[in-house]
Amino acid sequence: MQELLQMHNIRKSFPGVQALRGVNLSIRAGEVHALIGENGAGKSTLMKILSGVYAMDEGEVFWEGKKVDIPSTSAATELGISIIYQELNQLPNMSVAENIFLGREKRARKIFLNSRETLSEARVFLDNVGLDVDARTLCKDLSIAQRQMVEIAKALSVNARLIVMDEPTSSLTDREITLLFGLINRLREHGVAVVFISHKLEEIFQISDRITVLRDGEYIGTIDTADSSEDLLIQMMVGRSLTGFYPKRAVPIGEVALEVEHLNAGRSVRDISFFVRSGEILGFAGLVGAGRSETMRAIFGVDPMESGRISVNGKMLSHHSPSDAIACGIGLVPEDRKLQGLILKMTVRENTTLASMEETRENGFVSRRREEQIAREYVKKLDIRTAGTEQKAANLSGGNQQKVVIAKWLATGSRVLILDSPTRGIDVGAKKEIHELMGELASRGVAIIMVSSELPEILGMCDRIIVMHEGSIRGEMPRSEATQEKIMEIILTSKKQAIPQVE
Amino acid sequence: MSKSNNFGAGVPGLFRKLRQASTFNIFMILLGMCLIMTFAAGNKFLSVSNITSVVRQFSFYAIMSIGMVLVILTGGIDLSVGSVFAFSGVISCMAIMRWGVPVIPSVLLGILAGAVFGLLNGLCITKLQLPPFIATLGTMSIARGLSYGITGGYPIGGLPDSFKFIGLGSILDIPTPIIWMILLALLFSVFLRFTVRGRWVYAIGGNEEAARISGVKVNQTKCLVYMFSGMMAAVAGIATAARLGVGQSTAGSGYEMDAIAGVIIGGASVSGGYGNIIGPIMGAAIMGVLRNGLVLLDVSAYWQQAVIGVVIIIAVSFDKLQHDRKSASISVSK
Repeated sequence: MQELLQMHNIRKSFPGVQALRGVNLSIRAGEVHALIGENGAGKSTLMKILSGVYAMDEGEVFWEGKKVDIPSTSAATELGISIIYQELNQLPNMSVAENIFLGREKRARKIFLNSRETLSEARVFLDNVGLDVDARTLCKDLSIAQRQMVEIAKALSVNARLIVMDEPTSSLTDREITLLFGLINRLREHGVAVVFISHKLEEIFQISDRITVLRDGEYIGTIDTADSSEDLLIQMMVGRSLTGFYPKRAVPIGEVALEVEHLNAGRSVRDISFFVRSGEILGFAGLVGAGRSETMRAIFGVDPMESGRISVNGKMLSHHSPSDAIACGIGLVPEDRKLQGLILKMTVRENTTLASMEETRENGFVSRRREEQIAREYVKKLDIRTAGTEQKAANLSGGNQQKVVIAKWLATGSRVLILDSPTRGIDVGAKKEIHELMGELASRGVAIIMVSSELPEILGMCDRIIVMHEGSIRGEMPRSEATQEKIMEIILTSKKQAIPQVE
Repeated sequence: MSKSNNFGAGVPGLFRKLRQASTFNIFMILLGMCLIMTFAAGNKFLSVSNITSVVRQFSFYAIMSIGMVLVILTGGIDLSVGSVFAFSGVISCMAIMRWGVPVIPSVLLGILAGAVFGLLNGLCITKLQLPPFIATLGTMSIARGLSYGITGGYPIGGLPDSFKFIGLGSILDIPTPIIWMILLALLFSVFLRFTVRGRWVYAIGGNEEAARISGVKVNQTKCLVYMFSGMMAAVAGIATAARLGVGQSTAGSGYEMDAIAGVIIGGASVSGGYGNIIGPIMGAAIMGVLRNGLVLLDVSAYWQQAVIGVVIIIAVSFDKLQHDRKSASISVSK
């Protein structure tokens, strides 16, 4: 078969991270090619290079055997490459037809919109994808599956020959998935190539012709789906050796510090029950979007909970807001330090004391002297590299920003510390320091919960590991029994479960 | 950053410190305008009586700007202040003249009315989740309508001297409105700098989500700043009614724009999280000096409005330019 696309030895680095280290990908016309790998394996970066969002540092791209440059998204579209993102880029208040021709509006006498032609052409493409809705329907009135079909219709309208689908099934029902697969099969018959990104091995076996596996930005291999097996793929995805620099020491584990029973909060937190003891580091493994961050936010009172009980040191939390959680000794280092963890406009001092303002008061007024004392103490203790306590948080590096967020909770005297992806986007040195800090806190009897999408980090740091998938807990194991393969297997092979009823 | 330090190394420490103060640029603009007015209008501008009257005139705007800056610091906006200004003034005058309430309780009643409107704004924004622009646009209309309704549109005159003292009197030769402005500025400077709530105001404007996760009581604090804003509008409105000796339902219309302009010229960030009390007062002062100067130079009132608009744009872009340069040098030295 003719090679439609060849990407050869693609390299790309971001400040502090080598995202792609010589990745290859070759796609044939009319094939469905699955692209798999853990979070952070480099799938999205590779697709963004393909669609002209990022420029690669090194490497070559061939389209139908000819070397091409893809400097912009419009260049990618011109070649015939379309990407359908998980977050669909549609204008909800415009009609289906208008969305399909957005930016390429059909005109009458150059300046006027030609709505008749827009409608009639849109209908042709809607027919092609088999979507039976009126082209005048507003996009916001469609289901997610239908909106996805509209995106595919749009891709066909620009004569796409390669359509990339980024986890297209993640929010579809089983019936909708069947419809989507029917459409993918029709595209294949017409010679359109589809790159299918998914975490669901079952679907990959069902729909794909070939599979390419990436791991930590490296190209692991491409195999025919017919020759592959679940075990083989999992091994390809996680088969790295564990480096031994994670410093979790064995410390005596004490009483239960935080207990969560039957917690429900929205779609992504269903019937969550677990406990963590003082001195223990409990890991939450799973894919991005598994509901781990949402669980932590519900525990901390950032998002409302529907039902369930949360108790700290045996005492039940009654009212539920972040300030109540803080009063009970819980701290949350949130997923996104810039958007949720820090106030970038504020100084290191102000950020450090923000959650413990009461401590800084003398005679009822905030004492600047006392604040500086606290900030200096933690800058020294956590070795925060900053020009001073009056430096704006925005001017610190990622690792040091994260240390300031942790310092904020240490200043409140948290006994239960929840760390959501604490080392994401942080360079190796700072990462190690944060791991050491976690070990030290545990040895002082702090109960720690760590959410992380990096399996080596989870396996290295945690005493016990809980695996979450699609909003519920799918497995739990002590470190001694945990392996990367075992965790990935739980995630990749767990079937959709009926959502447990709320009592 | 290192650049400005080198520049400042040769000059006395005090000046260097002043230069780095966030309000330095605004202060220089104000000073520059005073100099221009002095050259252009001579003694007519630079006399004790003229300066006093300028300060007295802008003190009403400045008081409203103090409330407005608190709201803007949280990332909000309060359009209702002009109407609350009228409503509170009318309530105080009605209480004295129609309902037979003594002067001091009447004044407190007027301020309470401002606080109630502020609370209403706060609840609409936090509980009903309305954007501040829309919530306060609504209460702006409500307050104005109520003022017309309860007065039937007629001005309320014949107020006692003890009431008029609030806007017309003076203590140690200083007109009372100026005294109120100074007291309130001090009070709210302390609030912003030295209280937990004050810090929370900045935190909410800086990053509401991060503030909430840090245990900041976001909704309560927002309600509080809108109440403060309503109360400041009330103080200005009552003092104005006292000064004119008449409570009018038409008073203060369009004043919300002056209050906002004062805050913006004073260097606060419209997106919240950055600013202080002294800035808006200087912002109000700049507009006051400008108005006075234009009058002294015989510029027709019709043209004044346009000139003020031009000055707003120049002052803010000048400040922004300086600010950009400063932050650029920080990132370079990093």
